[in-house]
Amino acid sequence: MEASSLLAALELAVGGGAGLSPEKRAALGSSLLLLQRDYRFERVWFWGCIQGVRGAYYIAEGLGPDRAAPRSRLYSLNCMEWSLLPPATEEMVRQAEQLKGRFQGDPSFEYEYAEINAEDAERLFEDGKEPVIKEEARLVATIEQIDRAVGIIPRGAFVKTPLGSVHENRNFEGLSLTEAKKLSSYFHFTEPVNLKNKTLLEKADLDPSTDFLDSLEHDIPQGSWTVQLEKGGTVVVLRSLLWLGLMFYHVPMTKQYGYVYFGTGEKNLDLPFML
Amino acid sequence: ERGHGPYQPHEPGYGLYQPGYSPYDDQIPDPQSRTLAIQNAKAYLLKSSTTSGLNLYAHLANMLTKILDEQPTNAVDIIENISKDVKWAQFQKKMDTLRDEYEILPTYEAAEKRKALFLKANGGDEELEEEIGETPLPNVMETAFYFEQAGIGLSKDEYYHIFLALKKLVTVQPIQTCRFWGKILGLEMNYIIAEVQYHEGEEEEETEEEEVTEEGRKGVGEVEDEEEEKEKEDEPPKSIYKPPPVIPKEENGTGVNKYVYFVCNEPGKPWVKLPPVTPAQIVCARKIKKFFTGRLDAPVVSFPPFPGNEANYLRAQIARISAGTQVSPIGFYQFAEEEGDEEEEVEGGRDTYEENPDFQPLSVAEMVDSLSTWVHHVQSILKQGRCVWLNPFQKSEEEEENEEEEKAEEPDELQQELQQEIGPPLLTPLSEDEGIQNIPAWTAQPSTNLIPQYAVAILQSNRWPGAYAFASGKKFGNIYFGWGHKYSPENHAPALPPPAQAEYPSGPETTETGDPTLEEELAFKAAREEALAAAEEEEEEDEEGAEDEEEEDD
Repeated sequence: MEASSLLAALELAVGGGAGLSPEKRAALGSSLLLLQRDYRFERVWFWGCIQGVRGAYYIAEGLGPDRAAPRSRLYSLNCMEWSLLPPATEEMVRQAEQLKGRFQGDPSFEYEYAEINAEDAERLFEDGKEPVIKEEARLVATIEQIDRAVGIIPRGAFVKTPLGSVHENRNFEGLSLTEAKKLSSYFHFTEPVNLKNKTLLEKADLDPSTDFLDSLEHDIPQGSWTVQLEKGGTVVVLRSLLWLGLMFYHVPMTKQYGYVYFGTGEKNLDLPFML
Repeated sequence: ERGHGPYQPHEPGYGLYQPGYSPYDDQIPDPQSRTLAIQNAKAYLLKSSTTSGLNLYAHLANMLTKILDEQPTNAVDIIENISKDVKWAQFQKKMDTLRDEYEILPTYEAAEKRKALFLKANGGDEELEEEIGETPLPNVMETAFYFEQAGIGLSKDEYYHIFLALKKLVTVQPIQTCRFWGKILGLEMNYIIAEVQYHEGEEEEETEEEEVTEEGRKGVGEVEDEEEEKEKEDEPPKSIYKPPPVIPKEENGTGVNKYVYFVCNEPGKPWVKLPPVTPAQIVCARKIKKFFTGRLDAPVVSFPPFPGNEANYLRAQIARISAGTQVSPIGFYQFAEEEGDEEEEVEGGRDTYEENPDFQPLSVAEMVDSLSTWVHHVQSILKQGRCVWLNPFQKSEEEEENEEEEKAEEPDELQQELQQEIGPPLLTPLSEDEGIQNIPAWTAQPSTNLIPQYAVAILQSNRWPGAYAFASGKKFGNIYFGWGHKYSPENHAPALPPPAQAEYPSGPETTETGDPTLEEELAFKAAREEALAAAEEEEEEDEEGAEDEEEEDD
């Protein structure tokens, strides 16, 4: 969610019971502004909070002029002091996928890697490194996975210029109520995977400036998103069932939208059994 | 007629000739031609389009008017969108002949329902005195404030709606205590749950329905017996499978069914009472993991098949969550003193407690440091699915006499003695709770590190993610916000179907043996002839012996 509209957005996003205390809200209001100044971000998004066993990580993302470029991620344990996270690599994501269990809450905690995959551990031994993964790396990989899998925006909110960079669409007035209840009106805000697989007929209907991302319609498994109207039908809330804790809100016919994650940072692999 | 003259800048041909070398250089440009050019241009702009009937001149005029009125920043970047909007606005006006049909949005209906919450019930001033007195209505906003210090909870206006909905529930039903239990999320709709205790003796009896069905079944059973007698000859073999005995549910008001739960999808919708939970449902709920849809009559499709619909599954999960996560500071509740307690063995432990009038609250730092300062105040559920263990094979004396004769027929499996299950007694501290792998069962934190004087102690459950408890001075509370499932680090493995039953006991009669070989047959034949010969000799001896005896008698 946008840092500038944090307070109003949090009011809309607390339907699931998890939110921020007044102390954290006040702290974020000022610290996110300072982040914007220090790192010269154009936009700062409050990404959410990952609950560890002993503490919680608060995550913020900073965006540059091209909104679709890889984002800088920062984490904090107390919403005041922020540390930049290294960018996520494919190998980090692959290693972190094998870890199970809760986050500990301590960024320097090391997971025993040797139990998990003997081959990789042997390879690392040859390199001379210890087979451990730090919790920081797991954090980066988890945030990257969540953003890639379930970070969503409404259709039309961003436009792609002919030069390839992506901006907010100043003419976006919000989705209508009927549009907002359909999954096809929301896009994954990440590199599209399914777009080129569409048939030519479908592609002819697409508007290349706004339809340049994958929509939620063809997500596997079907039914991994719940669409609900909360607060008497004034707010549309989408919750992901694959990553429990990710929720997206949008007030129809207005420009308010955003997504936030409040959860334990674990993928829900039991999803097919639970539907 | 009109001379072509020197080319004007907008005409093709302009610039082809260098100044000074054009064939028309000696002629002065006609001032009229400039106005003529302007008129030509304007005539071109005023030409109506063949497809849409608009003309460019009017369109440009509208666009510029709009831009000058609204003065957007960086207008040149969005000029195409502005043009599109102006054209779109053109078409809207043409639909004036149709009457506007105002869309009745579902949001209006929902707003109506919530408005009804705010209307005061009829009664006027007389009721005010009653309301100010003791009311079972909990102070929802107060608990909301404490949980908000930890960042847990819903938005304030949603809490207020829930507050008003609870008030409606309390006025309609004869309720002694009431509490906002929490919110469970579902796929289509969510559940808001209230935990309630009726006044003693006020509870509606639901046993009438059960009796009716039993009588119906008996009648059907008699008819079946008659038919069976007629067809005794052609009966297929009856199955000797006896299902394990059904463990009866606990009485309303005790054990798992101590509290009654009401649910609604949204504040403003009517409250629905959940049925009491049976041990079979709890045992099955432990094996399955399903999302709630939000409709109470939805079927629960699972393996092992859940005995009930979503209302029963919801009730079972609420029972499990309450038993596992309802905690209070130590000393808040104490056991009621009973006379003669030490002599009697209370089966299953004590199950009643009362508030301790001399409760001395511990400081927040102490509450957070150690988990032994918190205790469970809801009985835990045994493996059987009840809080108080019941031996299903215990029979009354009369039945035992009748069954002595039948005992021989019962197969031995049913008579295995069940071990009595004992759970942890009530009011055990949380430090006894097992963790999962290397994670403790609870995480304790103060709500703020910056202002410790006014901090609130917060507990989060790791076994049931979404269950929270707070304590501050003499106040404490529990709440649940989540999907309603237990945490398990391992992936959910559904139960496998049971192995196929053996069709018949295999013994020497039914096992196939090889055919005897020729030698075996001959040997068998020879042995039989020997036996015959030996038997004849014995008979002769017997006959002689018998004849001797007869002769003697005579």
